[in-house]
Amino acid sequence: MILASQMLAGHIHAGPVETWATILTVAATAVAGDVLTAGAMRRIGDLDAIRAKAGLGGAIRAVTSSPMFLLGVLSMAVSFFSLLFTLSNVEVSLAAPASASLTFLGNAFAAKIFLKENVDRRRWLAAIFVCAGVFLLAK
Amino acid sequence: MKHTLSPQRYLILLAVMLTASVGDTLLSHGMTQVGPVTLAHLGMLLAAIRNPWVITGILCLLGFFASYLTALSWADLTFVLPSTAFGYVVVALLSKFWLHETITLYRWAGILLIVCGVGFVANGPSLTPHEPRHAVEEPAPEGESAVTGGTR
Repeated sequence: MILASQMLAGHIHAGPVETWATILTVAATAVAGDVLTAGAMRRIGDLDAIRAKAGLGGAIRAVTSSPMFLLGVLSMAVSFFSLLFTLSNVEVSLAAPASASLTFLGNAFAAKIFLKENVDRRRWLAAIFVCAGVFLLAK
Repeated sequence: MKHTLSPQRYLILLAVMLTASVGDTLLSHGMTQVGPVTLAHLGMLLAAIRNPWVITGILCLLGFFASYLTALSWADLTFVLPSTAFGYVVVALLSKFWLHETITLYRWAGILLIVCGVGFVANGPSLTPHEPRHAVEEPAPEGESAVTGGTR
């Protein structure tokens, strides 16, 4: 995805406010997409069980008829296009790892608040380690 | 609440990790064959989707989305996401051993941190048990209707 954005985007430098505003937009819409999708899957129930009962078609119907899932996919699409926009204004070496890392941390917060997941110390550590790891990996 | 996952579910998580990274690497390999795409030459994208590497990459990414959604239907988001991050590690290793790219010390450190992060959650419970008294259980009937809707 980042590869395609790099190919489509030019490189113009933005000020720090615009830089972080666009990066935060990418992360926030990505978190919204992940949380909405996860929430939708929780409501729909175990896909393995649905597939066993209703077949693959039934499982696909159950997923695609959920408005929450469609809203999640829409958020993911908005996040992708925000990333394209961000990459045309901000250097990829900052934009890609910063937005990916913020998405991981944001997801841990959002999962705790909206999905009521039990984000214990182990999961917080995982979110922080993965966030730092993704940042280093993209350097 | 049983916290251990069945072997089939571990396979789905493995598919989440592998399909995303293999798909990205295949797309990357295919796009280097197609050449740079610019806004002035968007027609190149049509050439791209005829490239066998790009087609296989897209199929892998479709497989990723299907296995990711399946995993989210029985595991927490904060359990599944670190697995998706493990895909970054697979991409880095694939780019080193298949595309012969160099991995810097920073990247090795990043790989180590992600592996540790995945290790933390992999040992813990995969799903938060929600008691019926919780407000979050309200959507349950809708979930059931989705199942019956699919059975019809």
